[in-house]
Amino acid sequence: MLCQECDKKPATLHFTKIVNGEKTEFHICESCARERGEGIPGTANGFSIHSLLSGLLDFEPVGTMNALGAKPAQQLRCDNCGLTYTQFSKMGRFGCSNCYTQFGSKLDPILKRVHGNTTHVGKIPKRTGVQIQLKREIDELKADLNMRIEQQEFETAAELRDRIRELERKIADV
Amino acid sequence: MSKRSYVEEALSDWMKGNGPDTDVVISSRIRIARNLSGHPFPMLATSQQAQDVMKQLTAVAETGRLDSCGPFETLELSQLSELERRVLVEKHLISPSLANESRCGAVMLSENESVSIMVNEEDHLRIQCLYPGFQIKEAWTLASRIDDIFEEVTDYAFDERRGYLTSCPTNVGTGIRSSVMMHLPGLVLTQQINRILSAIQQVGLAVRGIYGEGSEAIGNLFQISNQITLGQSEGEIIENLHSVARQIIEHERAARQRLLDESRVRLEDRVLRSYGTLSHAMIMDSKEAAQRLSDVRLGIDLGLIGDVSPQAMNEMMVLTQPGFLQQVFREKMTPEQRDIRRAELIRKQLYSETDHGGV
Ligand SMILES: [Zn+2]
Ligand SMILES: [Zn+2]
Repeated sequence: MLCQECDKKPATLHFTKIVNGEKTEFHICESCARERGEGIPGTANGFSIHSLLSGLLDFEPVGTMNALGAKPAQQLRCDNCGLTYTQFSKMGRFGCSNCYTQFGSKLDPILKRVHGNTTHVGKIPKRTGVQIQLKREIDELKADLNMRIEQQEFETAAELRDRIRELERKIADV
Repeated sequence: MSKRSYVEEALSDWMKGNGPDTDVVISSRIRIARNLSGHPFPMLATSQQAQDVMKQLTAVAETGRLDSCGPFETLELSQLSELERRVLVEKHLISPSLANESRCGAVMLSENESVSIMVNEEDHLRIQCLYPGFQIKEAWTLASRIDDIFEEVTDYAFDERRGYLTSCPTNVGTGIRSSVMMHLPGLVLTQQINRILSAIQQVGLAVRGIYGEGSEAIGNLFQISNQITLGQSEGEIIENLHSVARQIIEHERAARQRLLDESRVRLEDRVLRSYGTLSHAMIMDSKEAAQRLSDVRLGIDLGLIGDVSPQAMNEMMVLTQPGFLQQVFREKMTPEQRDIRRAELIRKQLYSETDHGGV
């Protein structure tokens, strides 16, 4: 099999990447892999996931100027670090944490493609995340509360309601 | 402890110790990516900004807060020679990209080298815990504790909806990459490997192997890691990897047993030929070395070779890489010279292991 990059040398590195059941195969030679940057343990200079990723990011639909006259994504620029959306989609990397806000809604389809999800459910910083932690707890309690009411377990529901109120007061104090 | 030991001693302490399931799992690793809020990511940072981040993060080690996981020593990459950096890469203590790029990189290493904390890699902070054998949960517990220590004194870039904000969208959310390095000669020899690897990928895990020409993976080493970092909790991510790896371990052991039962002589022939080659060859390229070492390692794990320790195999797998070879022999070498030195080093190592040399 020939390298899919240069079409000259035999492909010696084979990758399969599956995102959401979508399978993509890569077959490249070592010299092309080396040119494309870091990535594979055990090779001096492996193959970069970022070059694969930029292929994923670069799928802004054409004719994006919408009825409200919003800027097309290509002209978006992070006002903190100066990175443009176009640069981001080429490099596959953000310039700063603020980029996440600046490129906002454009990110959902990308994150969906990469992770199958758009919302974090994992760890929350202990010190700075107290408020988020409380909110998350309240959300869980509220879901539980609704279920209890549906099942007419009013005593438990009342306890849950009190607990929610208590946490809401706590949030206000933070 | 000085920088000397990190670059001169071939094996990290942790590699010498034994972990659970080391017949199949070489090592378990957790990496956590974190960034400081308000600072541009390392890729875009000016050297002044990168310097600030480095000072802020390395200061945490100096406060003694990490001592319960340490002691740690901080090495600035700019203070290391090219060769020293390469050795740290080959010991998996720093990433190739931290070694190569000229930003203000640093690494805080724990004395036993099971923890390395990289500063100004792709993200401001990368906490890596590397354990021998199958100990992925233990590695996560330690990494998360270190994460908490940094969070006590630094403001992380965190967003309620996106989680921990990272330079690359493939890491956002939990920021964790959990991986196990597995030695799977049984599955390769019985030709079950492709089926199993594609099944692994169906459940959201990524597999990396390094392939030579043909279909055989060099050294039969495969790294299996989580692909998704957003929308799953750390517990789910690690549990998923853990249970899949556990199944692969069982498949690999069954495949080895089948080889023993059905084609013992052929297997012994393969293992002992490799052993013979390693013991006597005068020239050995890195690819052949990896394959032969894999065969011998399999032979040791199956009790076909009695007088070489698995640790010696780990050591040779590390020692025979280019940076290490040059460090061991203290000279720059052409590839041809390296192949000769590699063969020499392996011969000597096997000779000293067996006390009397040869087979
Ligand atoms: Zn090529
Ligand atoms: Zn930005």
